[in-house]
Amino acid sequence: MQFKDYYRVLGVQRGATQDEIKRAYRKLARKYHPDVSKEPDAEEKFKELQEANEVLKDPEKRAAYDQLGGDWRSGQEFRPPPDWGRGFEHTRPGGAGPGHGPQAAEFSDFFDQLFGTQSPFGRPARPGGGRPGGFSAPGQDHVAKVEIALEDAYHGGTRTIELSSPELTADGHVVLKPRKLRVSIPRGVVEGQQIRLAGQGSPGLGGGPPGDLFLEVSLRPHPLFKVEGRDVTLTLPVAPWEAALGEAVSVPTLGGPVDMRLPAGARAGQTLRLRGRGLPGATPGDQFVQLKVVLPPDSPRARELFAEMKREVPFDPRAGLTSRQGSN
Amino acid sequence: MGTRITDIEIFEGQPLEACAALAIGEFCARLHVEPSGVIALVEAGVIEPAGTAPESWVFPASELLRARVAARLIRDLGVNAEGVAVILDLVEQRRALEQRLRRLERLLDELAG
Repeated sequence: MQFKDYYRVLGVQRGATQDEIKRAYRKLARKYHPDVSKEPDAEEKFKELQEANEVLKDPEKRAAYDQLGGDWRSGQEFRPPPDWGRGFEHTRPGGAGPGHGPQAAEFSDFFDQLFGTQSPFGRPARPGGGRPGGFSAPGQDHVAKVEIALEDAYHGGTRTIELSSPELTADGHVVLKPRKLRVSIPRGVVEGQQIRLAGQGSPGLGGGPPGDLFLEVSLRPHPLFKVEGRDVTLTLPVAPWEAALGEAVSVPTLGGPVDMRLPAGARAGQTLRLRGRGLPGATPGDQFVQLKVVLPPDSPRARELFAEMKREVPFDPRAGLTSRQGSN
Repeated sequence: MGTRITDIEIFEGQPLEACAALAIGEFCARLHVEPSGVIALVEAGVIEPAGTAPESWVFPASELLRARVAARLIRDLGVNAEGVAVILDLVEQRRALEQRLRRLERLLDELAG
């Protein structure tokens, strides 16, 4: 396994005081906590910080860790010395703390071997995890993020997701078990919606009920449609005559193409509404169609006709503009 | 529970709004938080149960996730319930601002190209 330089993780010197370590951890924890952080790899980084803090904040563990010496580098191949942990009086904390229980499954092998439940610093697992008076407990809930296509949100659909769940083995060791689940997503889910799969979280301890799995849905950006809640917006290219004459055009919608009549004299940039053509729901969303007038490709005939129109139809689109130009 | 297809089961997902509400006992058990912690969150306005007194409080399933984030922040960052309330509000404001920013950026892209 690889050595972990906990001092480097927290950005402190080896001789740092407990206060300095606490302050360094607090500052970095704020920065990388996955519930508030925008940093990439926040979750990974935060776990790393927690692990380092778990060791360095405890004078006993820190002393034992310091005994390994300052010559090791992060990532170096490492084996714990045969007399590891001997000569220390280990206080055994009651109750499940961050170093124990399902969370500890996310710490490194390095931590596990030196400070985990099987090490001299650990604690043999007892039923209920040592909770005073508690024998059984419900399993942990899991949260996973899943990205789906807009069409799947409209129609509903099934997705296969992969998860790692921490599980307690017979000898009290916590391991991460990968598993695949095929999940049916109800139609009409919106961005950020949470879906609950009962009983798909961690199994309970001592006969307690299993936790739930919560999926947080995000919608993959769509080439045609922009989504805002249940409403979708589409930019629709139209020919100038279609807008001017108010013709019927075929408009893509999530449920298939729909014929829509443009109002005569429709303006460029005008937004029209197709009611109920957005994402389904108790109140279905709407589809907004934003008109974009585009000219036909250049050709001699087109130019002829445009020149005629220029002669026949007086029009200055910039009439109001120049008079507004700044004077002093 | 599910229908089997080869060896992968399919599970029906339930939107959170459609899930049953939780009584305070189960709410605390699922959060792994003592009732005093949950009461502190309610008093700070972080979560809102239905009901008059703590014994009769009933929590919509959607409050479970919010409470879990709050409990994690309290545990990991050492803030109290009032502080967490401020944090969650700011996080939500930031999310709304980012959404607006993205909309404006898309609009700019469209106008430019």
